[in-house]
Amino acid sequence: MALQSLDIARRSATTTEAPQVRNTTEVAKLIDVSACIGCKACQAACMEWNDIRPEVGNNVGIYDNPQDLDDKTWTLMRFSEVEENGKLEWLIRKDGCMHCADPGCLKACPSPGAIIQYSNGIVDFHQENCIGCGYCVTGCPFNVPRISKADSKAYKCSLCSDRVAVGQAPACAKACPTGAIKFGAKEDMVHYAQSRITDLKERGYQNAGLYDPQGVGGTHVVYVLQHADKPSLYAGLPADPQISPLVSLWKGVAKPLAMVALGATALGSLFHYVMKGPNEVSKELEEEMEKEDAK
Amino acid sequence: MTNHWVDIKNADLILIMGGNAAEAHTCGFKWVQEAKHGRRAKLVVVDPRFTRSAAVADYYAPIRAGTDIAFLAGVINYLLEHDKLQHEYVKAYTNAAFLIDPGYGFEDGLFTGYNAEKRSYDKATWRYQMGEDGFAMVDETLQDPNCVFQLMKKHFARYDADTVSSITGTPKDAFLKVCEMIAECAAPDRVMTILYALGWTQHSVGSQNIRTMAMIQLLLGNMGMAGGGINALRGHANVQGVTDMCPFTANLPGYLSAPTERDVDVQTYVSSRTPKAIRPNQMNFPQNFPKWWVSLMKAWYGDAATADNGWAYDWLPKPDGAYDVLAMFERMHQGRMNGFFCQGFNPLASVAHKGKVSAALSKLKYLVVIDPLATDTSEFWKNHGEFNDVDPRQIQTEVFRLPAELFAEHDGTFTNSGRVIQWHWKAADGPGETRGDLEIIAQLYTRLKAMYAKDGGALPDPVLNLTWPYRQPTKPSSDEVLREINGRALRDLTDANGNVLVKAGDQLAGFAQLRDDGSTACGNWIYSGCYSQAGNLTQRRDNADPSGLGQTLNWGFAWPANRRIIYNRASCDPSGKPWDAKRTLLRWTGTAWAGNDIPDMRPNAAPEENVGPFIMTQEGVARLFAPGMAEGPFPEHYEPFETPLGKNPMHPDKPQVTSNPAARVYKGDMELFGKADEFPYVATTYRLVEHFHFWSKYSKINAILQPEHFVEISEELAAEKGIRKGDMVKVRSNRGYLKAVAVVTKRIPVLTVDGRKVHTVGIPLHYGFKGETKPGFITNTLTPFVGDANSQTPEYKAFLVNIEKA
Amino acid sequence: MIRNPRDLQRYTASERANHWVVGICFILLGLSGLAFFHPAFFPLVHLFGGGVWARILHPWIGVVMALFFLIMFFRFARLNLMGAADWDWLSKVRKMVDGDDHDMPEQGKYNGGQKLLFWGLTLSMVLITVSGVVMWRSWFDFPVELVRLAVVVHAAAAAFMIGLIFVHVYAAIWTRGTIRAMLYGTVTRAWAKQHHRGWYRQITGKN
Repeated sequence: MALQSLDIARRSATTTEAPQVRNTTEVAKLIDVSACIGCKACQAACMEWNDIRPEVGNNVGIYDNPQDLDDKTWTLMRFSEVEENGKLEWLIRKDGCMHCADPGCLKACPSPGAIIQYSNGIVDFHQENCIGCGYCVTGCPFNVPRISKADSKAYKCSLCSDRVAVGQAPACAKACPTGAIKFGAKEDMVHYAQSRITDLKERGYQNAGLYDPQGVGGTHVVYVLQHADKPSLYAGLPADPQISPLVSLWKGVAKPLAMVALGATALGSLFHYVMKGPNEVSKELEEEMEKEDAK
Repeated sequence: MTNHWVDIKNADLILIMGGNAAEAHTCGFKWVQEAKHGRRAKLVVVDPRFTRSAAVADYYAPIRAGTDIAFLAGVINYLLEHDKLQHEYVKAYTNAAFLIDPGYGFEDGLFTGYNAEKRSYDKATWRYQMGEDGFAMVDETLQDPNCVFQLMKKHFARYDADTVSSITGTPKDAFLKVCEMIAECAAPDRVMTILYALGWTQHSVGSQNIRTMAMIQLLLGNMGMAGGGINALRGHANVQGVTDMCPFTANLPGYLSAPTERDVDVQTYVSSRTPKAIRPNQMNFPQNFPKWWVSLMKAWYGDAATADNGWAYDWLPKPDGAYDVLAMFERMHQGRMNGFFCQGFNPLASVAHKGKVSAALSKLKYLVVIDPLATDTSEFWKNHGEFNDVDPRQIQTEVFRLPAELFAEHDGTFTNSGRVIQWHWKAADGPGETRGDLEIIAQLYTRLKAMYAKDGGALPDPVLNLTWPYRQPTKPSSDEVLREINGRALRDLTDANGNVLVKAGDQLAGFAQLRDDGSTACGNWIYSGCYSQAGNLTQRRDNADPSGLGQTLNWGFAWPANRRIIYNRASCDPSGKPWDAKRTLLRWTGTAWAGNDIPDMRPNAAPEENVGPFIMTQEGVARLFAPGMAEGPFPEHYEPFETPLGKNPMHPDKPQVTSNPAARVYKGDMELFGKADEFPYVATTYRLVEHFHFWSKYSKINAILQPEHFVEISEELAAEKGIRKGDMVKVRSNRGYLKAVAVVTKRIPVLTVDGRKVHTVGIPLHYGFKGETKPGFITNTLTPFVGDANSQTPEYKAFLVNIEKA
Repeated sequence: MIRNPRDLQRYTASERANHWVVGICFILLGLSGLAFFHPAFFPLVHLFGGGVWARILHPWIGVVMALFFLIMFFRFARLNLMGAADWDWLSKVRKMVDGDDHDMPEQGKYNGGQKLLFWGLTLSMVLITVSGVVMWRSWFDFPVELVRLAVVVHAAAAAFMIGLIFVHVYAAIWTRGTIRAMLYGTVTRAWAKQHHRGWYRQITGKN
């Protein structure tokens, strides 16, 4: 969903500096789980705005529909029934791309410009550059990107970068009827979250807090959680998400190391030849054989 | 709503009971969040299920479906026992002090005057003691044993916390916790609002459910207050408008009581509907009935309605009995109906007991379905396998489908729950051969009229004389119709001195200008003022809110008289000072009532005149004792017609009062009520946020979000029945069965009622055999064919079923 | 074309074809794989018709390579079993690299270095093939944790293998008269006697 009017701060498979002169405000989407009623208006708005329609599925005994993210489902309400402090709670979390400050998908992506991060923090997939390798899936600590069966491109929430580019809030935030989804400068969102957390603490949620995991440098989708001490209650939200060390290794130190090693081997061979000369058959043997041939 | 959507933000406590606002009124629910976040309000949810509303509530209490009166009566008892009343309010603004006929009594679950054969009451003793001055007698000390306050105390004393808990299944501590939170709102500066919907109305005691809550709000002094009131959340963007314009045969537009067979002439009719004040100085506003009714007749029949012909009274139908939805299908089922027009209505899916509805429709000669969608009803005759297993060869009903435009495909108005009438503009052309509803009706009318004109008929006058002043007779515009509804002067209207107030032909500024001499025409008195000489006020979109209370008086037009909060005079104490200065709606300035709303009071009625704030009653005060109700002036707990207990725990030895003794039950339906031995589980039906009635199942996106019919049961019942989540289950009532996917959840509580365990089966209603969702059964296959004694709304919310793995 | 009828047949036509199928696959895989591995090489995808084609072709070429490598493995595995002489040779490899092969122990068809290379390539192929399958999203859907491990293994094994092939190719270039063995199958007797005396003796029956 490319919209090039936004400054690009990071670009997949690109080793050079991005333009960084302009000072862009970092944005964030705040999802106040304590105010969410699971109405799925965000899902409907996402489908409408992005023109995506997954299949009409089945009920499998839960409220989650569709049951998982896919190439045509970029956001999804996940319902969890938990008992905390002897009280039943129905925790409803809107799942989707977290727009990490340090995006694992972008790090893993081999195709230049298939994944970009705008200077406002939005991480976007440009399908026209996507080669469909699925490396982004391995890079994501939140299990978000999905490869389409139809076109083998990777898809996920774009945070409505096309809307944001023209000063509109993402479709989900626009559609949310209860104000559970807010969108704005990240600083403002964090500030607003604090007031919500204070309110929740007054209502007895002692561990209410903001989910803005630092393991991925913070995110541009942040949650207000009633139980910030136990993110896993919310349909398995990871407590301390990080880009997998394997991915870091692979896309980090391994890259230059391997290049150096291979380069050294090639160069070493060349110089070996230059310095030691070829390994030829000895003169004596050649003569011996010539004699034999002459017989 | 006595108040309005935005006003919810002014509440300190929000009670959601008999509804599921988060799920069924999702957009309006934003104001609940606003109250919670903005003023730290608390939200309490009482429901048979842990709903999406409960998910964001501060406190949730479970309750057995169909026992709300017991719960609320318990709250009343708690308030009276703990003296948590707003005393001055109760004394001044309710009939607490009024003396009741000593002949009135209540025994063994029955009030005086019961006629078992007719299943109804002779209300002769349910009345005030009248003084010689012609006014009702009162005891300001509230001590007289026959005064309403003492009678009320006695009546509700039986509902102690243990009794309530035993009937409702609500744990006692949870019940008391809710009582405590409600009781805090007895303070003049703490206000509770109650949001309810069909969870209260769709019971055989539906009206009394609401009335019990109204009593609580009166005892707490919350009626007329910003952030208070009794708030019915309507299920559709324009259900309020439909009700206002008269969907019921017992009403004319504007809730004017329609004539019946008993009203032999116009004098009988008008006088019996024009009450007299029964306390001094009261406004007794319904005394204006003749003005409203005559103006309506002038709007309908114009010059043909004259004083001489009783304003064409004879042309109004005088029904020979009830024609509510159940009565209609009963008649149809008995073969006493030939044709049926079904406009924006899908009765096969939405009326109780689908089997009976289907059989009834099969007896029609013709059925006309006017709808944007190919509804289930329009294919009631078609075999859809197990979902609609009928034999088309046996059905001779001729079905006509007239495709109608959707609301967005023409101009018109919506009237929301808060009574705000808002114009909406056409957004797109309707597809194919669709026509607007106005055009469809007008086409039918003009053809009928031509046929009557040509061929005559038994009584052509009501059709031939109808006013039909539209520029295109076959296609009236919404603008023309709204102007007609608002009303206009037919002659110059003058004051006593002969000064012209309104020129002939001008639009009226409001119902105060209506006359009973035939000089005004008005299609619906309560809407009068919405389209005045100033223009179409429903198009206003100014959201300026000077008070910060959400009183946006220049947004649309609220009936009546653009008043946003009705009974707002009650927001001030008797001397005219607001009970809570932070919630000032009105105040007496010394010469007039003024403030942030249109006063619900004669503007110059000085406090010393003691004009009561409840201007629609003869007594000027609100009725804690309400003789208008069919099943008693005080609410009493009666079990649903299908009860898991088989008795009324309040009156265990009196089978006559197990269920509402005044509810109408048709022959054949009584026998179809299931008993607990065969159908041990309480079932309740409801909506899901992902769908709108039987409508959105045709929409792809909604179908994606909630694709298939399911039922919800507790983990305990599931374990007992060997049902796992995702299994297909069969749910049976004594009227039929359905199959759906099992959702096994912690959110369906298992209750202890009357010493035994009661399980609930929750059944969403949106599915059917037509649409984008997976084809399924119609939920109302299961529901009983019995309704509330006052409104005849069917009892969809509490009945009995059994469940097994399919 | 016969150069010298007394030249020794080192590889049959079938063996040579097999080798070159594997070799070509390797080159294609290396080019496309490096393109995915490091941005500097991404333009190599254009050799394959662009990134998407490179992504589509790479695993299929991998399948071909794996199959042909397997055949090659069965052809040559027995010949590459390590013996005492091989370890002895390896212990003196420094001298060899230095250009002095006078003290090197006598070698059969393959010397210790070649054998080690063979096993190194075999190990790489196993790792690359297995991890490649795990990564192949078009057909398989493995748990993401496993895929993450697979991509690292795939990259590491591939880099290792490329390094081995560099050595392999250089050794062939460096040792004059070698490449023809893989081109037209024969080597000179002198070459054989110099580098693989044991094999020379075995084939010619001479000393």
